[in-house]
Amino acid sequence: MQSSIAKFIFGRLTLDSLPFDVPILVVTFIVVALGAIAVLGVITYFRLWGYLWREWFTSVDHKRIGVMYMVLGIIMLLRGFADAVMMRSQQAIAFNGSEGYLPPHHYDQVFTAHGVIMIFFVAMPLVTGLMNFVVPLQIGARDVSFPFLNNFSFWMTVAGAIIVMISLFVGEFARTGWLAYPPLSETAYSPDVGVDYYIWGLQVAGIGTLLSGVNLICTIIKMRAPGMTLMKMPVFTWTALCTNVLIVAAFPVLTAVLALLALDRYVGTNFFTNDFGGNPMMYVNLIWIWGHPEVYILILPVFGIFSEVTSTFSGKKLFGYTSMVYATVVITILSYLVWLHHFFTMGSGASVNSFFGITTMVISIPTGAKMFNWLFTMYRGRIRFELPMMWTVAFMLTFVIGGMSGVLLAVPPADFVLHNSLFLVAHFHNVIIGGVLFGLFAGISFWFPKAFGFRLDPFWGKASFWFWVVGFYFAFMPLYALGLMGVTRRLRVFDDPSLQVWFLVAAFGAFLIALGILCFLIQIGVSILRRDQLRDLTGDPWHGRTLEWSTSSPPPAYNFAFTPVIHDSDAWWDMKERGYVRPLAGFKPIHMPKNTGTGMILGGLSIAFAFGMIWYMWWMAAFGFLGMLAVAIGHTFDYHRDFDIPADEVSRVEAERTRTLAAGA
Amino acid sequence: MTTTTIDPRAAAAEAVAAAPVFHLEEEHAHAEGGSTMLGFWIYLMSDCLIFAMLFAAYGVLGGNYAAGPAPKDLFELPLVAVNTTMLLLSSITYGFAMLAMQKGRVGQVQFWLAVTGLFGLCFVGIELHEFSGMIHEGATPMRSAFLSSFFTLVGTHGLHVSVGLLWLVTLMIQVAGRGLIEANRRRLMCLSMFWHFLDVIWIGVFTFVYLLGMLR
Repeated sequence: MQSSIAKFIFGRLTLDSLPFDVPILVVTFIVVALGAIAVLGVITYFRLWGYLWREWFTSVDHKRIGVMYMVLGIIMLLRGFADAVMMRSQQAIAFNGSEGYLPPHHYDQVFTAHGVIMIFFVAMPLVTGLMNFVVPLQIGARDVSFPFLNNFSFWMTVAGAIIVMISLFVGEFARTGWLAYPPLSETAYSPDVGVDYYIWGLQVAGIGTLLSGVNLICTIIKMRAPGMTLMKMPVFTWTALCTNVLIVAAFPVLTAVLALLALDRYVGTNFFTNDFGGNPMMYVNLIWIWGHPEVYILILPVFGIFSEVTSTFSGKKLFGYTSMVYATVVITILSYLVWLHHFFTMGSGASVNSFFGITTMVISIPTGAKMFNWLFTMYRGRIRFELPMMWTVAFMLTFVIGGMSGVLLAVPPADFVLHNSLFLVAHFHNVIIGGVLFGLFAGISFWFPKAFGFRLDPFWGKASFWFWVVGFYFAFMPLYALGLMGVTRRLRVFDDPSLQVWFLVAAFGAFLIALGILCFLIQIGVSILRRDQLRDLTGDPWHGRTLEWSTSSPPPAYNFAFTPVIHDSDAWWDMKERGYVRPLAGFKPIHMPKNTGTGMILGGLSIAFAFGMIWYMWWMAAFGFLGMLAVAIGHTFDYHRDFDIPADEVSRVEAERTRTLAAGA
Repeated sequence: MTTTTIDPRAAAAEAVAAAPVFHLEEEHAHAEGGSTMLGFWIYLMSDCLIFAMLFAAYGVLGGNYAAGPAPKDLFELPLVAVNTTMLLLSSITYGFAMLAMQKGRVGQVQFWLAVTGLFGLCFVGIELHEFSGMIHEGATPMRSAFLSSFFTLVGTHGLHVSVGLLWLVTLMIQVAGRGLIEANRRRLMCLSMFWHFLDVIWIGVFTFVYLLGMLR
């Protein structure tokens, strides 16, 4: 009787589910708990709860939400990188009969969590955060199309991240690799909660991503300032548009395929099982139909960042704007026609493999066009090697190597040899670190002054840059060599002692990258301390070209006191060239959306739902689900979601800006 | 002998160059909800992709009976025909509700919404009846990959109709409370698109699952 009540309340959650027997996890938990207590204590001590709730958590301001996405991404980067360090050190020592320090059960979770976290909860939030912050400013809008939805999307992403983080201390995470291929991920082979954490974490975060995609497409289509035709949009906005189209056209596929896997695991259906007519390879096809566009979702906005940075720091209009736009659109389309190159070894025959091999190679053409456009933009430009430009040059050198190893992998016979080897691991880290991550750092140092009103400290930024770039080469070039020697990925121990030296070099690279991350964190801390010296009074610290640099740093809540009118793709440059005078009078009240806590409540309820589903605590799942329905419907009964910023308030803010500008001049 | 010809377009361009306009003096605030229709369309297309995946799964697995029952053993076309009629009629009556909305007649809107809801309820009821019959015969979603994909595709559609019903009731309450104000009209338009979208999906289900299933 008692046990059945306990079973009803706790489902399959027992005390044994808590990993008291794994010292690494216990220590991690203590460190995380102490850190959390310290942060919460500081917030309470300085009485910041009210401020955070009013100004940030409930905010529907796209700039605040963008910044919160960035904070989420950076926190999760630390978690994802901790996993990377564990793998690198395990592989460096597990030779000559040593088992290393990670048992298989734990090691398999580490490589799965590393991939999932880095893609879904580091790269995605950082990219989404930058798009959220920059796009409305670049198109001269005051907010996104659906401000509440934006807040909701953010909290769903946070909820997904929290669900994945809970798995660290309650139960376990998937041991399947980051895409959870069946039949391994089916109940027969993964009966415990790991894959369920994976499914629900991604489903919850996926809702947020999809809705934010819809939101940004509408924003770009509907809310551009007058005069900004599609071909006058800044390139970053163009890449953001293509990325969000990809999000809307790819994430439903992920939702569907994870739902089918969940049905297999919860109901006992036979979509991907080995028996009763199921077909595991269908999962692999479907998930890559999402998965390949996903990598372009990450890289396209980053191409946009490099375009903005290159033209700004070369003091020139971007070379080949039109070809840049078309290249972006072509990549968007092609990214749907290549998914099968992730499993040439499936055995679909020479014709099918040739088709997908050729479409894959074709992608290098628009990408190469972009590379030449950046080079020609720099050619005879007055280049300033500020931090964003340094990241851009490092990207151009590194990404070309990664791109070429990708073209090599696109040759099906070569892929049969290199499939699932460390060569592949080296390739995708080469393009994701050398492309996405370098671009995100370029974007962060480029737009940070816009978001906070002061620049990032260049010294620590350059230290971080060199550690990252050098560390990357040390960490991943050995993996190319190992891959060519036939070493497969995800191995925990090695028999051949001659391989060890390569893994030691790779571990040293990871150590350099750790220093790079440390310098980045120091850079932020130092910049906050030195913010008065680094202050940006003009709102245009880099002599920028697009509209976001026409406002103050940080921009006022309403972004633009008057809706700007655009005549050129480099609108702000054009305004400066033609003697634009900032209007000082005639302000009107501005209509803005009101803050709301609904998004955060829905995010919290979705965690309850997911946790209930994972642990078979059906009452909690039902509570979370019905709660979400009730709160969402309740929200629609609130018809008063807007307010007006009075004209007086606008003139006060603008007068302050006039004083700041005078002080800066 | 010099004649000065004045090209009006060049003159206009010159005027713009002389005194370019860089901001709007008057605020024409973006009409509230101006992006809602576009946004909802895009959402519907993403939903359509989910159905595309389920259709694809049915296409791949629909013939894998695993020595279990096949469509011919399970489907009752007359019942499905009645069900299809229910859904199609509900779309027509939703259309009547929208016509009444254009004329601003609250009572008529409520009446047609109620009729739509009843037809929708009948549809869901008949579907549940069909499902329970199949399950009692042992044709459960666990029996074979064909049945897994059948129940998932048809069930997902049914789930959408059920959500639509919940939404319909919510909107009826909101229309009763505030009348046909702009926000409510916009919401009714969104539900209208959703409802017709589900109709279109059902045509696909009816054709590819039921009719083609009988021919297999």
